[in-house]
Amino acid sequence: MKRMHLVGLLRKEFLQIVRDPSSIAIALVMPIVLLIVIGYGVSLDARGVTFGVVDESRSVASAGFFDAFATTPYFKPTDFTNTRDAEAALMRGDIQGFAVLRSDFSRNLEKPGHAVHVAVVVNGVDANNARIVTGYAQGAVAVWARGRQTDRAMTAAATVTLESRYWFNPEIRSTNFIVPGLIALIMTMIGALLTALVVAREWERGTMEAMMVSPASMAEIILGKLAAYFVLGMGSLAVSMGLAIFLFQVPFRGSVLALVGISAVFLVVALAMGLLISTVARNQFVAAQLAFLVTFMPALILSGLLFDIESTPVWVRVITFIFPARYYVSCLQTLFLAGTVHEILLPNVLILIAFAAVLLTAAIARTRRSLE
Amino acid sequence: MAPAAPPPAVVLDAVTKRFGKGPQATIALDHVSAEIRPGEITGLVGPDGAGKTTLLRLIAGLLTPDDGKITVLGHDSANAVTAVQQDIGYMPQRFGLYEDLTVAENLRLYADMHGLDEAARQERFHTLLAFTALGPFVERLAGKLSGGMKQKLGLACALLPRPRLLLLDEPSAGVDPASRRELWRIVRTMAGEGVAVMWSTAYLDEAERCDSFLLFDNGRLLASGSPAEFSQRVENRTFLLAVPSGSKHSVQRRAAADPAVADAIIQGERIRLVLKAGAALPDGPALGGSGAPQPVRPRFEDAFVSLLQGRTPERAEARTARPPGEPSAAAPVDGAAIEARDLTRDFGAFRAVDDVTFTVSPGEVFGLLGPNGAGKSTTFRMLCGLLEPSSGSARVAGVDLGTARAAARERIGYMSQRFSLYGELSVRDNLDFFSGVYGLDRARRRQRIEWALESFELGPVARQTSGSLPLGFKQRLALSCALLHEPKVLFLDEPTSGVDPLMRREFWARIGALAERRVTVLVTSHFMDEAEYCDRLAIVYGGRMIALGSPDDLKRRFVSDALPDPTLEDAFVGLIEAQGTQVAS
Repeated sequence: MKRMHLVGLLRKEFLQIVRDPSSIAIALVMPIVLLIVIGYGVSLDARGVTFGVVDESRSVASAGFFDAFATTPYFKPTDFTNTRDAEAALMRGDIQGFAVLRSDFSRNLEKPGHAVHVAVVVNGVDANNARIVTGYAQGAVAVWARGRQTDRAMTAAATVTLESRYWFNPEIRSTNFIVPGLIALIMTMIGALLTALVVAREWERGTMEAMMVSPASMAEIILGKLAAYFVLGMGSLAVSMGLAIFLFQVPFRGSVLALVGISAVFLVVALAMGLLISTVARNQFVAAQLAFLVTFMPALILSGLLFDIESTPVWVRVITFIFPARYYVSCLQTLFLAGTVHEILLPNVLILIAFAAVLLTAAIARTRRSLE
Repeated sequence: MAPAAPPPAVVLDAVTKRFGKGPQATIALDHVSAEIRPGEITGLVGPDGAGKTTLLRLIAGLLTPDDGKITVLGHDSANAVTAVQQDIGYMPQRFGLYEDLTVAENLRLYADMHGLDEAARQERFHTLLAFTALGPFVERLAGKLSGGMKQKLGLACALLPRPRLLLLDEPSAGVDPASRRELWRIVRTMAGEGVAVMWSTAYLDEAERCDSFLLFDNGRLLASGSPAEFSQRVENRTFLLAVPSGSKHSVQRRAAADPAVADAIIQGERIRLVLKAGAALPDGPALGGSGAPQPVRPRFEDAFVSLLQGRTPERAEARTARPPGEPSAAAPVDGAAIEARDLTRDFGAFRAVDDVTFTVSPGEVFGLLGPNGAGKSTTFRMLCGLLEPSSGSARVAGVDLGTARAAARERIGYMSQRFSLYGELSVRDNLDFFSGVYGLDRARRRQRIEWALESFELGPVARQTSGSLPLGFKQRLALSCALLHEPKVLFLDEPTSGVDPLMRREFWARIGALAERRVTVLVTSHFMDEAEYCDRLAIVYGGRMIALGSPDDLKRRFVSDALPDPTLEDAFVGLIEAQGTQVAS
């Protein structure tokens, strides 16, 4: 390694980054756009669910039931007088579900020891959404029932109530869960996509060949490239972190040092993947396609970023192990929501380091032979 | 050999290089042995895919040979690449420049790579910038330089470490003739200082200027030695035959079919003849010429073609076979076939084409000649309706492209340099697709496809995927696709760049036959060879048309005592120089 070679190569890389607006766009503008679009657009929470209450009893009690739905932020209830109208509204998609209070609702409530039945009908087309709506509806009913008990100052005879606590994400905001994962997606983009593109461009323009013939060694050429895009990647990590914490209000409970260290390792993995892609694809178009297919899509779908890996079929779970993004996503979610939990971080980091070593060696070996 | 001769810079000993494995492997170089001497310019000559780039990469240490041995500056290239890398200057195709970096930054990068210290660096920068006249442009981005300036900068970068071996991969492709001459001057000086230069080129006239050459075809070394000696192989066998005006295509065809003639090509208003060894000179008037053929100095290309024909007689036959006849003659066009009036095109603040005016008559073969970036492609695109002019008008086959583009397109056939075929489709599928695009009805479609398969000899390969065909077949297929709808005007974009001279002859024989059937042909090219086939030329430089006339007209303008028989390139350089002084005054 010669200092003059490295300094020269680094200067070249930074000049190119500064002069080429597309690099800056991918590194700094893309993270912002991705975070805002996916962070705001993809929410797995249900809020303001349009919900019907069919009130056949028309009593004080049933009005109280309706209010229970109206006072939570999760529902926007509509009053119906008969089931047929509610069904029609569900068919039209005006409401996502409805509850039915029979005409004997308030009467039965007065009867001691009598179980009161409330029917809930939910549009089940989107199964996930249906489950969430059902859960919320049950919650709303439970809150209402509890309220009635206190109101009527029922005897202190022990009534057992369930107090649930959600750890790590008490509000169960899916943003808290998705935004850390998005950082993994962004780091994959910068590392793999951008690197694959710029190296492919060097092949296209013949500059790679010229560098390889010069006395600079292959390791120096690759190191220069990695170092430049490493800095760019860490820069967009900072941007993403800022957005996550200040715009999306995602809590960060871990140590910043651990975050920077782990991200650095993952970035090297992503850069090595980009280099490997560029040894196969000699033009920017193919490089971009490959990078999307091999790094971006798995990071989006199979990393636990959007979908919980534990709830996928076994064979899908097995596949996820070969994509480095899953280990990084797991680290990020832990660092943001739980804290610096060494038992989780350490094995993930070790696996990422192994990935970095293997991929980097392969990338250097292949780049050297890639004129064949 | 003289006893004091310096050791060769490069020794190739039965070098073989294959790409791929097993039966699919292609042999890029096949047992090539040669020596490259210091102080000489050695030309690597041959068509695309002949193995020139592979050989340069092997010598540069970018590839390793499968068989044989390469010794570079005394070291075995297989195990001592790093030892000699300091002494090799290498300029890859497209010059290996970083376009986002300025001239100074590019030079500085290469200086860093070669570990030049501050003093050496200043001295080299100074020398090379003066040498290449790039001094005033050091702050300009390399991407914003003209083709000729890029070429000089690429060369300056390769020359920075004072190499003992200079490897140049097609350094002059697409560059204007004036810059090409300057490049030769610089490289010649370097050779004078004892540098061994290897210069690969597809231009056969460049081979003539080298001290020695290696001629490749399909990975094999066909010939080597000094170009003068090579040309002498056809000494006393080369002639020029004057022909009555308007008959050059038919005379050329008759001459090519003559058993005594190895090669017959159109050169301006005359036919150039190369006789077979030992053949008697045919009678000029009998071939349709006016007067007896006049002896002329042999060229490198004459010897090359004669050599290729000796090796592949069946290809010679294909070339002289009667070119395709059109079943229905194109209806005559009234007036001009192509009319460009005050054509101008701006891209932002940059004027790519500036006020170009010319007309082309039916049946004329018209050439737009100029270096890369001169504006010929932009002019070409405006004439075939791919690009709208900023001002001015274009009419093709009597139809205004501004108002009736669709109607004009029906009368236009277009063949691009890259052939624009669907590589995954078979030959017949390609023909079928293009006939559909041009809206031929079912009966006519069948008839035209049969015509194409028969007259372009594509029948035997009709079911093969077109991507797997040799270059010559692809070229024929591309031409036949462009002719399916019997266009009145045919646009050809650098149709024969990179193909071997036999293929070029075959192609132009077909174009000549079309021209005789009153099809108008517009060709763009930066190959002077191609220009010789044209009836008239427009020379485009810096976005403006700087000359218009027949090849002979243009050459005649530059006849002088020093240059009794100027080439088209001489004329081109003269025109550019005249242009320069005009701008200066």
